[in-house]
Amino acid sequence: MLSNILIYFVIVPILMLGGLALSRNVKQIRAVAVAGSLVLIAMSVYLLVEYLALRAANIDDPMLFCGSWTWFEALNIHLAVGVDGVSIAMIILTSIIVFAGSFASWKIDNPKAFFLWLILLSTGVFGFFISVDLFTMFMFYEVALIPMYLLIGVWGSGNKNYSAMKLTLMLMGGSAFLMLGLIGIYYNGPVVDGHHTWNILEIVDNGGVDKGWQYFLFPMTFVGFGVLGAMFPFHTWSPDGHASAPTAVSMLHAGVLMKLGGYGCFRVAMYLMPEAAQELSWIFLILTGISVVYGAFSACVQTDLKYINAYSSVSHCGLVLFAILMLNQTAMTGAVMQMLSHGLMTALFFALIGMIYGRTHTRDIREMGGMMKIMPYLAVCYVIAGFASLGLPGLSGFVAEMTIFVGSFQQGMSEFLAGAGSLKLVFTIVACCSIVITAVYILRVVGKLLLGPVQDKHHLQLTDATWWERLSTVTLIISVAAIGCCPNFFADLIRDTFNGDIFHAVLPLN
Amino acid sequence: MEATLPLLILVLPLLMFLFLGLFGKFLSHKWAGIIGTVGMGVTMIIAYYTAYTYFFSGQFVGADGERLQYIVFDQDWLSLWGNLTIKLGFLIDPISALMLVVVTTISFMVHLYSNGYMRDHHGVYETGFQRFYAFLSLFSFSMLGLVVATNIFQMYIFWELVGASSYLLIGFYYTKPSAVSASKKAFIVTRFADLGFLIGILILSFTTETFDFMSLTSSPLPGVENTYYVDAATATTALESAGGQMFLGGSLMTWALVLIFMGGMGKSAMMPLHIWLPDAMEGPTPVSALIHAATMVVAGVYLVARLFPLFMINNAMGGAALDIVTVVGALTAAYAAIVACTQIDIKRVLAFSTISQIAFMMVSLGVSREGMHDNLGYMASMFHLFTHAMFKALLFLGAGALIHAVGSNDYTAMHGLRKHMPITHITFLVGCLAIAGIIPFSGFFSKDEILTACFGNSAVAYVWMSLVAGLTAFYMFRLYYLIFWWKEHNVPQGHHAPKDQPWTMTLPLILLGIVAIFCGFVPFADMVSWNGHAPHHSGINWTVASISLAVAIIAIAIATAMYRKENAMPAKMRSFFPRLWTAAHKRFYFDELYMFITHKIIFDRVCKPIAWFDRHIIDGTMDAFAAITNKASYAIRGLQSGSAQSYVWVYLIGALLLGGGTVAIIFLFF
Amino acid sequence: MDMLDLLNNFQLNSLMFLIPSLFMFCCGVYGFLTRRNMIAMLISLELMLNAVDMNFVVFNRFLCPGQMDGMFFTLFAIAIAAAETAVAIAIIINAYRIAKDIDVKDLTKMKF
Repeated sequence: MLSNILIYFVIVPILMLGGLALSRNVKQIRAVAVAGSLVLIAMSVYLLVEYLALRAANIDDPMLFCGSWTWFEALNIHLAVGVDGVSIAMIILTSIIVFAGSFASWKIDNPKAFFLWLILLSTGVFGFFISVDLFTMFMFYEVALIPMYLLIGVWGSGNKNYSAMKLTLMLMGGSAFLMLGLIGIYYNGPVVDGHHTWNILEIVDNGGVDKGWQYFLFPMTFVGFGVLGAMFPFHTWSPDGHASAPTAVSMLHAGVLMKLGGYGCFRVAMYLMPEAAQELSWIFLILTGISVVYGAFSACVQTDLKYINAYSSVSHCGLVLFAILMLNQTAMTGAVMQMLSHGLMTALFFALIGMIYGRTHTRDIREMGGMMKIMPYLAVCYVIAGFASLGLPGLSGFVAEMTIFVGSFQQGMSEFLAGAGSLKLVFTIVACCSIVITAVYILRVVGKLLLGPVQDKHHLQLTDATWWERLSTVTLIISVAAIGCCPNFFADLIRDTFNGDIFHAVLPLN
Repeated sequence: MEATLPLLILVLPLLMFLFLGLFGKFLSHKWAGIIGTVGMGVTMIIAYYTAYTYFFSGQFVGADGERLQYIVFDQDWLSLWGNLTIKLGFLIDPISALMLVVVTTISFMVHLYSNGYMRDHHGVYETGFQRFYAFLSLFSFSMLGLVVATNIFQMYIFWELVGASSYLLIGFYYTKPSAVSASKKAFIVTRFADLGFLIGILILSFTTETFDFMSLTSSPLPGVENTYYVDAATATTALESAGGQMFLGGSLMTWALVLIFMGGMGKSAMMPLHIWLPDAMEGPTPVSALIHAATMVVAGVYLVARLFPLFMINNAMGGAALDIVTVVGALTAAYAAIVACTQIDIKRVLAFSTISQIAFMMVSLGVSREGMHDNLGYMASMFHLFTHAMFKALLFLGAGALIHAVGSNDYTAMHGLRKHMPITHITFLVGCLAIAGIIPFSGFFSKDEILTACFGNSAVAYVWMSLVAGLTAFYMFRLYYLIFWWKEHNVPQGHHAPKDQPWTMTLPLILLGIVAIFCGFVPFADMVSWNGHAPHHSGINWTVASISLAVAIIAIAIATAMYRKENAMPAKMRSFFPRLWTAAHKRFYFDELYMFITHKIIFDRVCKPIAWFDRHIIDGTMDAFAAITNKASYAIRGLQSGSAQSYVWVYLIGALLLGGGTVAIIFLFF
Repeated sequence: MDMLDLLNNFQLNSLMFLIPSLFMFCCGVYGFLTRRNMIAMLISLELMLNAVDMNFVVFNRFLCPGQMDGMFFTLFAIAIAAAETAVAIAIIINAYRIAKDIDVKDLTKMKF
């Protein structure tokens, strides 16, 4: 068991939890958090290198580094792990954001408890991304969700009790659907060696889920994960939750947890039930297509910085789910790139908002202005994040969106020309419109917050970023620029997943 | 050709951007300026060398004497599906070589000029001087990347980057609200146009399964690697790949081309997407000269020129794309010329003049047909692009010198400056003569070619464009007289009279002035044409030339009569057409229309209701679920009162009922 | 018939014990339900317990006289009741110290 590298992605955070529990002062806590997240980054880079080496050696198993250990014999539950390009991309994303998040919460109150919950959350996230067993996947999913309640409820700001409760309840509501779906998949999946199985790979290899049941189970799982992916109309936890959450939690939540939704949607809902996905995708295409423009339009009139970014996340994550539903290799690759891109860029946004809020004690853009003069470093970072968000080439947003648009358009147009309806085409064009609306709300914020005359004389005394804040933002900016400048590396890594046999059923048109 | 030097053309400005952007604050202002200027100078020399090699080494001339297209390098950047891959490359052909020269020249002049312009009268540098040079370098990098694009997606990438650098430079004085809103407007309007461009690219790439210009418009030269020649047959194949699919009354490819042209309309400020350009004058004047007069705004023209074989064959197949280009161009040219006659701010006059001149280039492309003067229009358009870049940059830099000296943008604050600023005066006059099309200044030659091309196409286009050319001469000389003639203002006590600016500012004026005089004599027809062959009908058509010269001279005469000295004629003229004058002064209410659409409709009628809907209906539903759950639990919590006495009561009554009931049943039924 | 006769002929009857026990029990129930004072409620509780104890003894005596089960049970119950009373009194005294009141209506602090 310990010879499998993947298991260390859970063990290291658990060791970090132990280290945190034993820490006596702030310095030790920070040391544990930073050292641990550095180890995680190193491990994910190592994993990436190993993975690429194996792929280069023409090993074309759908998942590599597989391992399976019995956890509960009676129900055939295993701790089964395995990764492909998509999971690796997500693992790298998570470790970067945990690293940046640790620095962003350098001066948090009651750091021991905060970091304990934060690391517990990331344990769940890592566990989710490495699992291929539906049950343990679900278990890690819950491990990732629950700490959120305390993190927001205790360290949050504003109307935090309401927000924490709303976020937790809505996500738990999603979990209820999800659990129903997963148990349904278990009992309607194939029988292997006399048992039903939770293992995703085994389910696919042995004939998949019963066709009739798929029509019930697909919506269940898709909505279950879709709630976390901020799918319209189940997105309203996101603005309130993000607005109240402390900086690092917003970063992790928007940066990583919302990706759990997208990842789950395709790893479980689309991948196990391709037939139903094909038939029912139109419902969710409409919902996610609405998400994309709806979130963008809503963001245009918000005045709270965090609300703006939360609605922007609704729009961007809507694009992720939208692209996944296209059932097209290019679009799905784009979806994962969008997950990466959105994760990094939103984490950057929330980090910056947290830093600005920590200084001005307001998030209302009407009360601020001219920040470029007062805190140029943070302002420049904010502009970069904004450009990434509105899709400036050279930063990550552009490549992700363009891959999605090209793929979706290809899919939509071929279906339209084949007489299979114009829904996908129309919604692709609708989604394209979001690039204009995104520009509107991003530039509105940049114009009001950063440029123009200084609104409040007291702001003139504020200081620019400290070294830990710089480290946190620089990490994220470099990652954003790396994806934007060499997208092919990431696209190839991700596309692998959709090339292999693993997705043959999902990609009928390729 | 080795790839190293051309690569340097792109890499140097990028490195300068990164260097000045990241380490600018550790440099003194002076050194930042010097580094930026020298870096751009080196880039310019390399670009000249590249263009020289391309045009004159004889390496890139085909068997029939046609100029070839050569791909220096082409790097995969992002693979999408099948063969569809976004590449970053370097294409050199007549128009990209031309643009390399134009962009680097103007950019160098502006870099040099800004050393003087971005200081106040006491020689103190503006804050953000390093940032200014960093942004200028970023812009140069993006624009150069755009012109050498080997595929339409690379063009789109750099298209967005020039948009962003334009945003950053217009908003350079970021504490000024007007500059901030102007930069925002510029970005959003062009973004809207880019949406059309993007969808056009999507359609085009879907049907042709390629982004590469070479696969769309050219064929490879057999036996020579990376070398192509323009081939109408390829364009025909590309257009036919859509298989006659119709969509809303046009063929799919026509739609693709029209949407791509929409992107060009946005960048090149064609009506009705022109509204951002006059506002963009809020940026520093060197920026206006570089971006909003000479280089970025002609990107739309360049785009159409780049895809010209597609437009042309589409026209031959009955598509409307090229006609749309013509009509939009002609309307914009006239509109902008009329508006330019009524503006007060000298930079606004120049901005509308730019719009009008770019529209000339568009019209020229639009009237270019294979059967008519052998596509003279294409060559004329590129020629005018070249000359216009030079004399318009000259005019803008001259205007910058004036503004810098006087401290205001309005001609009402200037008047009679010819004695105080002789160099500026002479060079500005050269610019005016060039744009008016007076022989032998450069504008005369290029405008003559355009009018000849129009003449070959239709009489309407010819007459229309000749009148606009007359208007051009009129408003330019109106501006000229209002600035340099009339009675000068008294200089208030303790102020210096306006005077010529330091050498860093006058030298570019003089250099550009010389270029603007002589660049009309460049044998352009031999160098640039749509398929590399020199058009047969090039050279000056003296019939057209003498008519247009006459029109220009009459227009200048009228302007002289009206504006040479302060007199009552302008006011009289104004009172003849009061409505027209007001409308033109208000730019025919386009801004108000856009404000209405964006604020009153999109913002108030779409965004706000959606935000309300989200908070109150969607979120309200979620809250209602929570509220119902709460209510229900409050309703039944009385049962769990915790009071043992009430439990006993309930127990007692229940026990009695059960016991009594049992007894009753036993007695009744047994 | 004099008084002695009456005594000699007197037959012990289970009802003679059960009716008072029932009366005691009902008093206890009534008191438990109606009194708000915790001491009074405790007394009522004791009344009910004692009534039940009495029943145990009586039924043991009349139904299976040879055995002692009922007696033992009663002894247990008395012992437990004593312990329970001790605990209850302790709680009540503490409640009184905190709230200065032993009225059950008023002791609602620990409700949700």
